[in-house]
Amino acid sequence: MREKERPVFISVSPFTFSFPFTALASIAHRITGVLLFLGIGYLLWLLSLALESEAGFAQAAAILAAPFAKIVLWVVLSMLIYHILAGVKHLLLDFHIGDTFEAATAATYAVVGLSVVLALITGAWIW
Amino acid sequence: MVTNVTSLTRSGLSDFVLQRVSAVLLTLYTLCVVGFFLVNPDMDHATLKAYFASTPMLLFSTLMVLSTAAHAWIGMWTVGTDYIREHYFGRHHTFFRLVYQGGCLFILFVYVVWALQLFWSL
Ligand code: HEM
Repeated sequence: MREKERPVFISVSPFTFSFPFTALASIAHRITGVLLFLGIGYLLWLLSLALESEAGFAQAAAILAAPFAKIVLWVVLSMLIYHILAGVKHLLLDFHIGDTFEAATAATYAVVGLSVVLALITGAWIW
Repeated sequence: MVTNVTSLTRSGLSDFVLQRVSAVLLTLYTLCVVGFFLVNPDMDHATLKAYFASTPMLLFSTLMVLSTAAHAWIGMWTVGTDYIREHYFGRHHTFFRLVYQGGCLFILFVYVVWALQLFWSL
């Protein structure tokens, strides 16, 4: 009987603890935010080339013809899509809109689903 | 406890509001630029330049640069103070955090100066 009253140790490590979907979606918002901090530099670089001159625009187009540059652009834009959608959901929750457990869980699935769809469309648009 | 001398407004609540206001502005700006690319599938230099050089866009871009700086500083600060602390980084955690924050500040400074001079010289 006394054994049962002892506190249970839960190790919250990615290796021993399976995180709920919503927790993974939350950390993904953080990871995309940090990576976007660098990613916007890439977007700014391309934009500055394209705005500079006709030659610069052609140069930006030539850079983006390379598969690797396309992949990086796609990753950055996909992260932006996810960060914005999850961010908008976050803002709604801050205003107590849909902040019940059920609604917020459903919204998380919607955010991830919509992000995947938009990321695929973005990919189709880039290639 | 983490001292908040390096937080943008030195108030968690003000930072919170600022991060959210900037998030809304950044979303609107993103929609404007994405929309412009969508209605111009065959983008060329002159069209792009005319768009960004227009007064409303110049003002909006400037606001966006400042919003990004505020949003990203607050965001990176939050992440930094969450992880770069004694538990993970030991006795010299404050030193490591200041190096990290210095790095973030440097990158943001480069972005702001670069972007502002780009938009204002169009
Ligand atoms: C310019 C690009 C952006 C960058 C570099 C960026 C970066 C970041 C970073 C590093 C964080 C901190 C993450 C955390 O504390 O977990 C953050 C938080 C946040 N971002 Fe962004 N972000 C950007 C654009 C946006 C946009 C367009 C939105 C629109 C909704 C947005 C909404 C949010 C929200 C609501 C938070 C607060 C999350 C929280 O308090 O946990 N961000 N962002």
